[in-house]
Amino acid sequence: MADAKLSPDLFKRVTVDSTEKEKITTPALTFTQDAMRRLRQNKVAIVSLWVIIIIAIVSVMTIFISPANPNKGSLAYTNLPPKIANWNIPGFNGYQDGVDKYAGLGKNVWFALGTDYLGRDLLSRIFVGTRVSLIIALVATLFDLTIGVTYGIISGWLGGRIDTVMQRVIEIVSSVPNLVVAILMLLVFKPGMTSIILAIGLTGWITMARLIRAQTLQLRDQEFILAAKTVGESGGKIALKHLVPNLSSIIIIQTMFTIPMAIFFEAFLSYIGIGLPAPTASLGTLLSDGQKALQTQPYQLIYPAIVIVVLMLAFNLLADGLRDAFDPKSQR
Amino acid sequence: MIKYILKRVGYLILTLFLVASITFFLMKLLPGTPFNNPKLPPDQIEALKAQYGLDKPVWQQYLSYMLGLLHGDMGMSFQFSGQSVSYLIMSRIGPSLQLGLQAMILGTLLGILLGAVAAIRKNTWVDSVATIFAILGRSIPNFVFAALLQFFLAYKLRLFPIALWDGFSSSILPTIALAMAPLANTARFMRTEMVDVLNSDYIELARSKGETRWQTVANHALRNSMIPIVTIIGPMAVDLMVGSLVVENVFAIPGIGEQFVKSITTNDYPVIMGLTIMYSFMLTVVILIVDILYGVIDPRIRLNEEAN
Repeated sequence: MADAKLSPDLFKRVTVDSTEKEKITTPALTFTQDAMRRLRQNKVAIVSLWVIIIIAIVSVMTIFISPANPNKGSLAYTNLPPKIANWNIPGFNGYQDGVDKYAGLGKNVWFALGTDYLGRDLLSRIFVGTRVSLIIALVATLFDLTIGVTYGIISGWLGGRIDTVMQRVIEIVSSVPNLVVAILMLLVFKPGMTSIILAIGLTGWITMARLIRAQTLQLRDQEFILAAKTVGESGGKIALKHLVPNLSSIIIIQTMFTIPMAIFFEAFLSYIGIGLPAPTASLGTLLSDGQKALQTQPYQLIYPAIVIVVLMLAFNLLADGLRDAFDPKSQR
Repeated sequence: MIKYILKRVGYLILTLFLVASITFFLMKLLPGTPFNNPKLPPDQIEALKAQYGLDKPVWQQYLSYMLGLLHGDMGMSFQFSGQSVSYLIMSRIGPSLQLGLQAMILGTLLGILLGAVAAIRKNTWVDSVATIFAILGRSIPNFVFAALLQFFLAYKLRLFPIALWDGFSSSILPTIALAMAPLANTARFMRTEMVDVLNSDYIELARSKGETRWQTVANHALRNSMIPIVTIIGPMAVDLMVGSLVVENVFAIPGIGEQFVKSITTNDYPVIMGLTIMYSFMLTVVILIVDILYGVIDPRIRLNEEAN
């Protein structure tokens, strides 16, 4: 063994500062920050978020720059297949069943995604349609959120007889398939964007109201609410200042699930012919028009279909990601 | 239990009564009558109105409609003269029920399979593939899916009849199109439940007694995770009803969904009313059966009901 001499001056005393021991090295995270951190680790959700942002930006930007007038076509250009400049890309070269449909139209005439039965540029219509569908979905979701949250909080907070009556109402409303309710409402109102938003908003709030009520019932008896009551805060103030923040994760998650539902509803209503009146484009009207021409001009259905599927996929995946982020206990 | 069922049936009747009343008055709010064709002379319009009972005051119309409903009389169709709404519905409900049931069975079975496999192979590529299937199922609008199935499998590849209702082979594509939503929902639900069950103590016990992984799945996990699936039968029924509206339309199937859409475009109000009540009736009955069934399958639920 080594017999090196160890002199005391080789050693240094390490003092432990008791105040240092308790020091927190990383900043404390609030609930939202924590959730955001978890969300950022979820690659699928982040990609979906970007896809949504890009689609939204493109659909807004095309208000100012659009390849063609989406509502005005020329009968000389009806049902032209996709063609991009004079590049010879299969599927985008203007040929359909081996025939050049652009023959005799001049060299500079081309439509990236083709035209519809009235000669309108499909790409421009998809831009407008996406914008319209997104607006309808967002406004309807906001509407349905407001009703659902208010209803749920009132029902859960007041409890007792009022709660029972309000729950019966929900039971009755939910016993009619909500698309049937929406259809009935659209028959009564004049067809148009406002009535679609109303119809979707007025039928979609039930799930939200149920979730909010259940959570409110749980929160109602907790200490911080009791404390707020003791210091004499009014019911409305407690609801806004103490309940809503605690309900925020449910609200965010449910809202994200409602948006794709609303996009689907709009498409569905337009598809069965009671949605937006012509010539307004929405994803639903485009799909409806496209389906009629499916056997001869499949691209008229396929491109709007791709847009709506990507959009709904992105919203659904983002919603899943948000749920995992805000509610880590529910391991799906 | 019997008291509970009676109470629920009472609510069911109340619900249907309200639905019928609301639908009736909504329809009365609609502007004009289906007969305001300017070519018709006024006396003929009067005669038509009298034939359909539209000349009486609204409360009398309401009363006679409600009394009629009690014995299944839903009035006469505007579009098909001389045909009663109940006859129209009854003659068209067969294909819709068949498609709905087939889609439910197909969707649930495949969904359980997909969800179970995803849960057993949690966090592997199998899980990812199953999840992608389930999310795609939620994200593709059913009418787009139906139209694409029709285009590729029936029109291009000629594997199935394109449309119409002619034997079992023509029900295959619509069934697949309809089954997508139940499949996605069941798979998702099943995965969650199964993951929970597989983490529970009794599975551990079974494993420690020497059962293999697959034995525990077959003997314990599958059954216990399938119980809560019963609760999503209600939402599933909604999906199927809504889906039937468009899927039947795409494949030109003579069912009630196709009739509903047709009646909307032709403003055939009595048929719209009749079908709305019919849809609500089917939905409430399904939900009632599910609730009762759930109490039978899982006695813990029933105990809770009685404790309240």
